[in-house]
Amino acid sequence: MSALAAIAVQTARLSWRGGALVGVVFFLAVVVIVPFGVGPDLKLLARIGPAMLWTAALLASLLNLDRLFRDDRDDGSLDLLIMAGPPLELTVLAKCAGAWFATGLPLVIVAPLLGMLLGLEPAALLTTTAALLVGTPGLILIGAVGAALTTGLARGGILVAVLVLPFTIPVLIFGVSAAATAIVGPTPFLPPFLILVALTLFSLVITPIAAAAALRSLD
Amino acid sequence: MPLIDYANPTRFLAFSAKALPWLCAATAVLLAAGLWLAFFGSPADYQQGETVRIMYIHVPAAWLSMFGYGVMAVAALGTLVWRHPLADVTAKAAAPLGAAFTFLALVTGSLWGKPMWGTWWVWDARLTSELVLLIMYLGLIALWQAVDDFGRAARVVAILTLVGSINIPIIKFSVDWWNTLHQGESIFRAGGPTIDSGMLIALFTMMAAMTLLYVALLIGAMRNEILRRRAYQMEMLAAGEGG
Repeated sequence: MSALAAIAVQTARLSWRGGALVGVVFFLAVVVIVPFGVGPDLKLLARIGPAMLWTAALLASLLNLDRLFRDDRDDGSLDLLIMAGPPLELTVLAKCAGAWFATGLPLVIVAPLLGMLLGLEPAALLTTTAALLVGTPGLILIGAVGAALTTGLARGGILVAVLVLPFTIPVLIFGVSAAATAIVGPTPFLPPFLILVALTLFSLVITPIAAAAALRSLD
Repeated sequence: MPLIDYANPTRFLAFSAKALPWLCAATAVLLAAGLWLAFFGSPADYQQGETVRIMYIHVPAAWLSMFGYGVMAVAALGTLVWRHPLADVTAKAAAPLGAAFTFLALVTGSLWGKPMWGTWWVWDARLTSELVLLIMYLGLIALWQAVDDFGRAARVVAILTLVGSINIPIIKFSVDWWNTLHQGESIFRAGGPTIDSGMLIALFTMMAAMTLLYVALLIGAMRNEILRRRAYQMEMLAAGEGG
């Protein structure tokens, strides 16, 4: 197995073992709170459903990400990754891939079930899941920049979310737009969906560079 | 004396100690002139009446919120590319100042919006991107606080500042790219300014005055930051000697 694949698998396995499923529980918890806040009217819930699913998925991904580099920093392997081995940018990509498999993909799998709790129609469930499938990698990548910047800091999780939230706004806008097309009317699904794909591809290129620069600036 | 010598913090302290009183005096004069022009020397608007005078505070504050981020972005380049010793200090001093002007722009805009638009707030592109700018400023301040080592904090903040500078063109062009309630460009547009020249003079005077105010406050804050770091290092030395 190549070094990058090994890094990705290792990240996924450690994250999984370290309780990455709590992100899914957080996702469920936020979705459960929504009807308590806005009332149990299923029509209203179905209209705001995609937005609530996206907000909950965003928070669940971001809050889990502070561990991305922390364990490596604590046991010294981060220094090795910076100095030797594959280029640091590719290492960051591999770690993000592992993180997405452990934290992002479970969110996507659970999303249709939670969508049913919110009364979404099957068409809406499909669009929401597709949008989340394409958008959560972008969220993890953008969050990785925040995780790299705050590696080793106390209160890292919430700081990552605060720092990175403005940059996730475009993903959120187009993700909800794509997810809600089945509800709002016969608006076309493809334009916001393709822009969402473009945003994820864009972050695929830019965020490893920023995250690697941040990791190199650690002492 | 080559320009690089001003990069020396001690030289900067000496230079700014001499320059700051003059800067403050010039700021006071321009501010007095600008405020007089704003409240007495310029015409009321034919549609908005006297409430248009909030513009003379709101527009300079908004301009400075973006200018302040530009100062931080240039300082970030100075830290990452040239390792300029004063760049870290500038970035740290500029963050709270920029946040204050952003907040001022949002508040004065809100106070102006209530009589004009009938609402304190609307989620259009200009207001939303300005609010996002405030969040970015506050995030940067939080990051400065969170990292103990000053050098590492400077580098980390510099990276985040540069990544976040995408927001500035978004704010600037938001009124063109999206359908916003906030009015579009009335000064720097093809076809010349659509604003009355009496108002334009008052506006430019207030912009110059508040920019000078920003520079004076920034230099003062930079001096404080340099002195604060020196005091900290002296404390560390004294503690090391068991004093």
